[in-house]
Amino acid sequence: MNAPHTIDSGAPHAATVVARTQESPTIFTLGLRLDDAAAHAAYRFAPGQFNMLYLYGVGEVPISIMSDPEDRDGIGHTIRAVGRVTRGLAALQPGDRVGLRGPFGRGWPLQEMGGRDVVLVTGGLGCAPAVSVIHYVLKRRERFGKLVIIQGVKHADDLIWREQYDRWAKLPDTQVLVAADEGAALWPWHVGRVTGLFDLARFNPARAVAMMCGPEGMMRVTAEHLLARGLPESSLYLSMERNMQCAVGRCGHCQFGGAFVCRDGPVFNWGEVKTLLAHRGF
Amino acid sequence: MQLGYQCLGPALENGAIVMRELDAPDGLQRGLQAEQEPGRYRVTQDPHHRYFAWANGPQAIKPQVFAAKESLWRVERDAAGRLQFAAMLPVVPKQAIIGVRACDLAALALQDAHFLREGRRDAHYAQRRAQLFLVAVQCAEPAATCFCASTGDGPTPTAGHDLALAELADGFVIEAGSDKGQAVLDALNLSPATSQQIEAARRQGEAAAAAQTRGLPARNLRDALMSRLEHLRWDEVAARCLACGNCTAVCPTCFCHAEVDVPALDGETSQHERIWDSCFGETHGHLHGFNVRSDIKSRYRQWLTHKLATWHDQFGRSGCVGCGRCIAWCPVGIDLTEEVAALTAGGVQP
Repeated sequence: MNAPHTIDSGAPHAATVVARTQESPTIFTLGLRLDDAAAHAAYRFAPGQFNMLYLYGVGEVPISIMSDPEDRDGIGHTIRAVGRVTRGLAALQPGDRVGLRGPFGRGWPLQEMGGRDVVLVTGGLGCAPAVSVIHYVLKRRERFGKLVIIQGVKHADDLIWREQYDRWAKLPDTQVLVAADEGAALWPWHVGRVTGLFDLARFNPARAVAMMCGPEGMMRVTAEHLLARGLPESSLYLSMERNMQCAVGRCGHCQFGGAFVCRDGPVFNWGEVKTLLAHRGF
Repeated sequence: MQLGYQCLGPALENGAIVMRELDAPDGLQRGLQAEQEPGRYRVTQDPHHRYFAWANGPQAIKPQVFAAKESLWRVERDAAGRLQFAAMLPVVPKQAIIGVRACDLAALALQDAHFLREGRRDAHYAQRRAQLFLVAVQCAEPAATCFCASTGDGPTPTAGHDLALAELADGFVIEAGSDKGQAVLDALNLSPATSQQIEAARRQGEAAAAAQTRGLPARNLRDALMSRLEHLRWDEVAARCLACGNCTAVCPTCFCHAEVDVPALDGETSQHERIWDSCFGETHGHLHGFNVRSDIKSRYRQWLTHKLATWHDQFGRSGCVGCGRCIAWCPVGIDLTEEVAALTAGGVQP
């Protein structure tokens, strides 16, 4: 596991929007640069960690970091406009200012991936916390076995990064499986549940490490399938989502049993959370 | 007061005993007492006219260290839209709290473990905590809702205090619990306690423990509760619980807080504040598009299993110190000792 990178947990850094991409009607990506050049240069994160983004006068939201850790230009956040803060963030343009605290939490188990097949199963915007792992593997391709990318969305129109999925699908030793519950005209991929794709995935369960991010129901079904295929429980990871306000394990909202998801997660090994995940309401 | 402390002590306010600033050395009120039952708190008169014959009020130390509302940082926006952030730290006077109980000290130790965690000390809490001088009192007359003997946290203060008092018919037995406390004792013109007085104080503590009628079946209920997450009792208690959050407000160990932004009317600045929050509130489990705990059953279960079960994972002990406040201040009189008894009827084994 990555050691959390501790920084001052007090006031946010001032940051400027340096890039904005509309990914879908409601999803957008902001590239941010810390205004303090030294702070920006010193900023480091691990894939799977998140930042608290602050919209002036409104408040903060936790957003996972989707850019490559070695990309020094902008810190990338892919966001769905869904609440007070994210709808305000959606209106920002390059040059606009926000606050940024982070990075927080424990990221994906990159050290454990070396030499192994890497399987990513994501649902909806769960692809955002996982995309940095894809970039990480592709940049260091020779260090890993097969790369299997499985992504499910409710409606074909919800799929973002279509060109990227197309590009990844053409790479050697890389398999891309995409499903939409509801298809659309010219939809080239599977129509139906993402679980319908599992049997097509080609990897060696004994030497694979799998990572999941998406709705908890989807992750439970995925876990059942992967474990049934012979993946050891210790090789299965997931990223969890809970209400986060302080991001440093203090405000209490994100508690999941004894874990503070913001500090002890958001990435957990399956064994750490499987018991409680079986119960609704935690 | 002469030592420069703001002194807080028991005072009667809105029908309850609360900690308020004492304005004169003789400002400490005598003869206050309170009857406590599930859903009931009534202030009465102590026939013996003692200073500390009351067991506890709704709050003691928590609001002094973990403020119910405080500003964490502020941000200024200039004409060009640039943001400038600055941390805000509280300015707190040296503060002595007179009349805290063993349960309050045990709760403070847990709040310390949470807010002053190694590597992530909360600066606001730390600032307030450093200013405290705690004058603890042995409970001679526990309320009917008290069960600190069962949690191992009272009724006699054993750690965490600067001074500890035991109130006897012929005066006080005073003990220092810290160098700060010893310095105060040394400055006072006191006569040494007799062995009879020390023995009387010890017996008084034992009698107060023996007088408690409530209790929990074990100090560690982690596995007992986590193996009963689908017990029918959760539905039953949810039907009575109003999800008002009173229990979490009076609980001396509850630490949940919300963070909110409060913009100034001129639009040029905004303050980021934290305010006490409760896992019984609708927004506590809110995520975009859905609520993790949309019903009262899951909220009550979250509270009780956190307090008595998963607290062990986080802090190595239960989060309950047996003060009984959640029982007395629950408007419908839900008694957590009764709920635990019902959940573990037939034994505490998983």
